[in-house]
Amino acid sequence: MERIAMVGIVGYGVYVPRYRIKTSDIAEVWGEDGSKIGQNLGVFEKSLPGPDEDVATISVEAARNAIKMAGINPVDIGAVYIGSESHPYAVKPTGTIVSEAIGCSHNITCADFEFACKAGTAALQAAMGLVSSKMIKIGLAIGADTAQGRPGDALEYSAAAGGAAYLIGSKKPLATIEDTVSFTSDTPDFWRREGEDYPSHGARFTGEPAYFRHVGEGAALLFKKTKTTVDDYDYFVFHMPNGKFPIAMGKQIGVPKEKLEDSLVVRQIGNTYSGSAMIGLARVLDIAKPGSKIFMVAYGSGAGSDAFSITVEDAIEECRGEVPTVDDYIKRKTYVDYATYAKYRRKIKALA
Amino acid sequence: MNNRVAIIGVGINKFGELWDKNLMDIAYEAGMYAIWDAGISGADIDGMVIGNMSAGRFTGQEHLGALAVDMAGLGDIPAYSVEAACASGGAAVRQAYMAIKSGEHDLMVVLGCEKMSDVSQSEAMNTISVASDWEWEGTFGGTFPALYAFMARRHMHDYGTTEEHLALPVVKNHANAAHNPFAQFQSPVPLDVVMSSAMLAEPLRVLHSSPVTDGAAGLVVCREDLAKKYTDTPVIIEASDQRSDTLALHDRKSITTMSSVVTSTRCALKQANLELKDIDVLELHDSFSIGEIILTEDVGIAKKGEGGKALEEGITEIGGKFPVNTSGGLKARGHPVGATGVAQIVELVLQLRGDADKRQVDGAEKALAVNIGGTGATSIVHVLGR
Repeated sequence: MERIAMVGIVGYGVYVPRYRIKTSDIAEVWGEDGSKIGQNLGVFEKSLPGPDEDVATISVEAARNAIKMAGINPVDIGAVYIGSESHPYAVKPTGTIVSEAIGCSHNITCADFEFACKAGTAALQAAMGLVSSKMIKIGLAIGADTAQGRPGDALEYSAAAGGAAYLIGSKKPLATIEDTVSFTSDTPDFWRREGEDYPSHGARFTGEPAYFRHVGEGAALLFKKTKTTVDDYDYFVFHMPNGKFPIAMGKQIGVPKEKLEDSLVVRQIGNTYSGSAMIGLARVLDIAKPGSKIFMVAYGSGAGSDAFSITVEDAIEECRGEVPTVDDYIKRKTYVDYATYAKYRRKIKALA
Repeated sequence: MNNRVAIIGVGINKFGELWDKNLMDIAYEAGMYAIWDAGISGADIDGMVIGNMSAGRFTGQEHLGALAVDMAGLGDIPAYSVEAACASGGAAVRQAYMAIKSGEHDLMVVLGCEKMSDVSQSEAMNTISVASDWEWEGTFGGTFPALYAFMARRHMHDYGTTEEHLALPVVKNHANAAHNPFAQFQSPVPLDVVMSSAMLAEPLRVLHSSPVTDGAAGLVVCREDLAKKYTDTPVIIEASDQRSDTLALHDRKSITTMSSVVTSTRCALKQANLELKDIDVLELHDSFSIGEIILTEDVGIAKKGEGGKALEEGITEIGGKFPVNTSGGLKARGHPVGATGVAQIVELVLQLRGDADKRQVDGAEKALAVNIGGTGATSIVHVLGR
């Protein structure tokens, strides 16, 4: 990839449903040791969507926050791309629902993206391309999921709901995206076939040959391309399938703990899949001082990574306080028990 | 025929979850190491035996004997596949031993291999479970952790064996594996970590259990008179014995002893004109830590019921009177089921040749391996000497 023309984030917003279930409550149902599961996974509670929430509603909420923060007119948006692996329809775009709901014009291009947990950052790269080539003024890239975990499977402890929306433009960005690279291979660590309710995974195969290889290679490529090192960045954001993987990844490439800590939203809300790294980035943008440099690597099973080098601009300070922060959403919570969770997530078969 | 059988080459690959290798890659690798170690050429080999438990279910491939010969480019030599559950490797060694003893073969390659990580954990568990008495055990959920848990519970009840005793083989074997570059887990594990690891089937925990492993091991064996041509340090198979028992635990008089092990050990030692006190180093089948405790008793290192105590006293540590599982055993070297019996012999040959580096037992001259199938329905014992 050639070096890209100046593009950046002109607005961003997140949304996390208010409902939470504690991992210890899930563990109890399956006869596991709740205190150990939380510690082992680094996930203590996870978000879940209410009965009326799905990727469309989560995306709308996040996009409205992003538009309000950016102070733009939604008719200036030229592309709406939504990355998710839980689009409400198998055929029929989520993006059309969202673009109508947020007041975009009909003169836009729109598509849904799918690449496991990195569909949102793939959408972000596509929007960057359209903006930097001047095909559009502003692109909206969203990563959102209401992730599915088979009852009793290890994934059930982390599969969560939430999303983040990023408006990509070239005018007065609050953060500049200096560069992005990707690393992609055919590595089947996690999949869901047509008609299946829950994804399958290759257990430990999802680790070393999948997550760590792809995130590590993506990071190495970006360091090389930008001629930077760990020392040049103030914050690191990695995809968070659980609380352990990003920390282990950071250790592998020598990231000091304190540079990673602020992005680790997974502990309180779980793995929001396509929303995961993008919500982590939003949490850093909520607090980072102008001039700070952020290194983000998103990961999607199957497998690939998208790495981004981002610099926070002065304009960010004027945008703050307009919309709820990631922490506002993390704090806004209502606990539910497993029975309610099962009902909301339509896991009770007789309900269908 | 009075000809003795010598081991003139050994090979093993690094055990682990080998995502980027297939069954034949690892079998070929271990076989080639053994061939290089022996310094022979392909034309010297007149037969091959391959031990494997369930490649058909683990990888979809059977007919491994001919495939191995094909992959190695060894032409039209005969190849024999041998299956005896977790004792498949030991059975392969014994088949080659008998074939050479009988005069039918002169120089053979023995392989043991298993590729277990290509299927899900639950499928791997189901595949292993068919080595139990499927109709009476496996089909009712009697997985091997469950069956060994029965044995452990009874041992605790009858002899006062404690949870700490159950953890001791694990701590020892991990400490040994730290010095074995081919082991799956090369790091020590403290006692408290073993004792607080997740429960599998009470009283057995995750860390009492051998792992799912991909791996292969190989030997080159030949008539003793031919061995001199290739090496100055042949290791002699001084005895080989194999015994059977009921598959189902409930058909046995006692579930705290494996009578197949008691008999095969006694017969093998007699065959070799040795007593247990003459043995300097042992590999005992520790698919579960209670297995090592029971075998420590059944081979005669400790009295029945005192296997845990023997471990406590350090008798089976390197430097003790009877070092057991210097390789790390099944627990820490890893347990690719069909490869294990061959891997045990590889370790003992290294010990007898003085090639075991930091885990070397000083001056080891005689060695004994016990390879078990199921919960002891098959026991194969080999005695080696230099």
